Amino acid sequence: MSATVHVEVTVNGERRKADVEARLLLVHWLRDELGLTGTHVGCDTTNCGACTVHMNGEAVKSCTVLTAQADGAEVTTIEGLSGGNGLHPMQAAFMDKHGLQCGFCTPGVIMAAVDLLNRNPNPSDEEIRHGLEGNLCRCTGYHNIVEAVKSAAGPGVTL
Amino acid sequence: MSAIGQAMRRKEDPRMITGRGRYTEDINLPGTLHAVLVRSPEAHATITGIDTSAALERDGVVAVLTGEDLASDFAGPLPMVWAPPGVEIKTPEHWPLKRGEVKHVGDPVAVVVATTRHLAVDAAEDVIVDYDPKPAVVDPEAALEAGAPLVWEQFGTNRTHDWGVGGGDVDAALAEAEVTVEHRFVNHRTSGAPIEPRCSIGEIRGDKLTLYSTTQVPHIARFVFSGMLGIPEDQLRVVAPDVGGGFGAKLQTYGEEVLVLALAKRLGRPVKWVETRSEHMTTSHHGRDQINYVTLGAKRDGTVTALRVKIVADLGAYQQLLTPFIPELGFPVMGGCYRIPNIDLQFTGVFTNKMCTDAIRGAGRPEATYWIELMMDRLADELRMDRLELRRKNFIPKEEFPFETALGIVYDSGNYQGTLDRLLEHFDVDEFRAEQERLRGEGIHRGVGFSTYVEVCGLAPSRAVGPQGVGLQAAFYESANVRVTPTGSAIVYTGTSPHGQGLDTSFAQIAGDILGIDPQNVDVHHGDTDQGTWGWDTYGSRSLAVGGEAIVRAAQRVQDKAKKICAALLEAAPEDIELVDGKYQVRGSPDKSMTMAEISGAAHIPPNELPADIEPGLEESAFYDPENFVFPFGAHACVVEVDAETGKVQVVRYVAVDDCGPAINPMLIDGQIHGGIVHAIGQALYEQVVYDEEGQLVTGTFVDYALPTAAEVPSFETDRTETPSPVNTLGVKGIGEAGTIAATPAVAAAVLDAIRPLGVTELDMPMTPMRVWDAINAAGNGGAA
Repeated sequence: MSATVHVEVTVNGERRKADVEARLLLVHWLRDELGLTGTHVGCDTTNCGACTVHMNGEAVKSCTVLTAQADGAEVTTIEGLSGGNGLHPMQAAFMDKHGLQCGFCTPGVIMAAVDLLNRNPNPSDEEIRHGLEGNLCRCTGYHNIVEAVKSAAGPGVTL
Repeated sequence: MSAIGQAMRRKEDPRMITGRGRYTEDINLPGTLHAVLVRSPEAHATITGIDTSAALERDGVVAVLTGEDLASDFAGPLPMVWAPPGVEIKTPEHWPLKRGEVKHVGDPVAVVVATTRHLAVDAAEDVIVDYDPKPAVVDPEAALEAGAPLVWEQFGTNRTHDWGVGGGDVDAALAEAEVTVEHRFVNHRTSGAPIEPRCSIGEIRGDKLTLYSTTQVPHIARFVFSGMLGIPEDQLRVVAPDVGGGFGAKLQTYGEEVLVLALAKRLGRPVKWVETRSEHMTTSHHGRDQINYVTLGAKRDGTVTALRVKIVADLGAYQQLLTPFIPELGFPVMGGCYRIPNIDLQFTGVFTNKMCTDAIRGAGRPEATYWIELMMDRLADELRMDRLELRRKNFIPKEEFPFETALGIVYDSGNYQGTLDRLLEHFDVDEFRAEQERLRGEGIHRGVGFSTYVEVCGLAPSRAVGPQGVGLQAAFYESANVRVTPTGSAIVYTGTSPHGQGLDTSFAQIAGDILGIDPQNVDVHHGDTDQGTWGWDTYGSRSLAVGGEAIVRAAQRVQDKAKKICAALLEAAPEDIELVDGKYQVRGSPDKSMTMAEISGAAHIPPNELPADIEPGLEESAFYDPENFVFPFGAHACVVEVDAETGKVQVVRYVAVDDCGPAINPMLIDGQIHGGIVHAIGQALYEQVVYDEEGQLVTGTFVDYALPTAAEVPSFETDRTETPSPVNTLGVKGIGEAGTIAATPAVAAAVLDAIRPLGVTELDMPMTPMRVWDAINAAGNGGAA
């Protein structure tokens, strides 16, 4: 049995304290302990990106982060993306452009796309496609995901 | 304004984009126990001992059970439902946990149940299983040879069955043919790979069991699992919550699903099993895996006269729900969109020490379209004829629909010339050829491939597919219940079970139009066997063409009753009530009208003016079994660029023109086409389930099994023609699989076109950089133009 570690993490603006197993992955803490089930697990090898969240403002795959590593960090999940104010522009863009079908990869794709635009506010199609290559989608063929990210990056949009 | 035909935004999206979807793994019932399976690392072995003692000693472990322990928990094995008249299909007993022998890597032999998943995983490591390995057979053609190791000794052969169908006289036609071309094609093994792995939860409350599962087929699951557990159907409820993609991989009745029910029953607590991705790659059924020997006969002028196909299908180690039927499923369209008077199709199924194959998106039709279209290319080349000209010469003309093929199948509708013409409006072949030539001068190798496809979907009709037809022990009608609430909202129950298709939206559009209710106020319910009508679930691009039509019929009955109520209250004749812009009004007197909310209020709290012979309430059901399949079709063009130095293929342009009849929601159609094409690009270029010669799975994760990412694929140019189907009143055909069915030959032909000047004339999928590079080098040009 692994040892426990004390962590204090700000999740979606709320300070959470816990004693967790040292081996506990951040995604499992978010899902199983905090009930934030919008972050999904689709593979075991950090390929699919369904578990993408923001840690200190940057996209991370939460299946490859130990909860212990998040100690002291600010974590934002899909549930906290809009800060409680309706839809984040990226969420609205995914709905408007039909950027999702089964919706399972979607929270991770949205979190990765927001991070992409934070780093590169006006990406080309090519840059969007390469920026999202860590997120697998089996439904959409990516076409409408690219359209959604482009429209969220359009003029006058603040993320 | 009619809602049908509009690109209405999806009703599903608000919950999914905010992380409030509810997928099976998101459900945590109080007191849940977690099951982890102990699986065979051997491809073929005798189990000589299982020691569970160390695992049982661990804290938190509630039970460790083997196949022997659970022998009396199941009244029968996992089913296979194809019983073609006059043909025996060898079907071994298939139990959720194996006893005696294991037949493929990943075969489950024991289950550990613990209070957390982590503890269960730890304990599963402590279960010691002794195996005595046996020779494994992996190659399906080698498995048919005398002396090959037998997967099932009791059958004395690895051959599961032979089945055939034909029409005309192929022997004579081939003997008379002025030209014949022959080729062997490989449709390699693939994985469905939805991003959501499987998950199942069994729950018991009193006598009642509930299964929450990542399934496309909750109704079929209840039917099958209640039988396997020996309980009446009313004691089992099956719920498919939000399901994160299926692609056929969740069109199955899996051992793990019935296992969690048996465990919940035994232990009196909810039991949850979550599939790892490696388990998915190992033990969620695979698709394709056929070898196709194809002969085409023609006259010198290009008229195709005969088609002969022999198909060897690798079925894996067991027969799952539809395993032996999937290769045959595409037979109605194995002549493609061409008039071929003589056709002979022969199928042979083979056991190997691999996971079973079964339906994966397209299920039999992508395999067929691949070889039909590439054979047309080969015939055109042999005749020195333009590839599209050969197609045009052999297209069934639009005037001849409905058209009965040599196989006795009636294609409902078609305009193959029309979709090809439309494609060529978007894609200028001459311009491309000029550019191709210019780029070759610069050492850039581009190629184009075309696919003019027809597919068969909308499964249904029961008479053709059921016990007295091809022999599936099931029916394929669909059902709907349409209910208007007292304040004028509608609830639609469908027997289909969507998992990403957007039916909450498109079905609301259909029902809303017929009822005169804003689709935003039409709530579509599905995926719960304790609600609504009995249905046959979602697969085979059937939901709209069969389930949608059932909704039309139920909603029409509601509309008829609403008119009756309206007529009585407005003192008019029911036949004089018309529905205009959401109002039920008296023909010629639009000022005399009622809204659905007013009518439904009267239906639920009847005023005394309402005649006593009108029953209260406003709810109707319908069951619909079509008289024929529907046959979507289209024309696709793919342009690729091949890097001769590395063998890497890049799809640089893709144009798709499809015809699925009138659009209910064109946005959803485009989405299905995009996703379908990328699934096929994956199959053509990247994805392959690989076993080594000892039956070890080499592609057990997404590191080794390469799904296309956004960076590998282009954006798509899509267009549609609309040829209504005469089969249903909406005129619609399925679109969920069309892209996957159409695209592999277009991609493959494009690669071959690009590297033909380098001396390569044939290459099997997946056309990975290594294979392409090897082919170029074997052809002796070493990548030089």
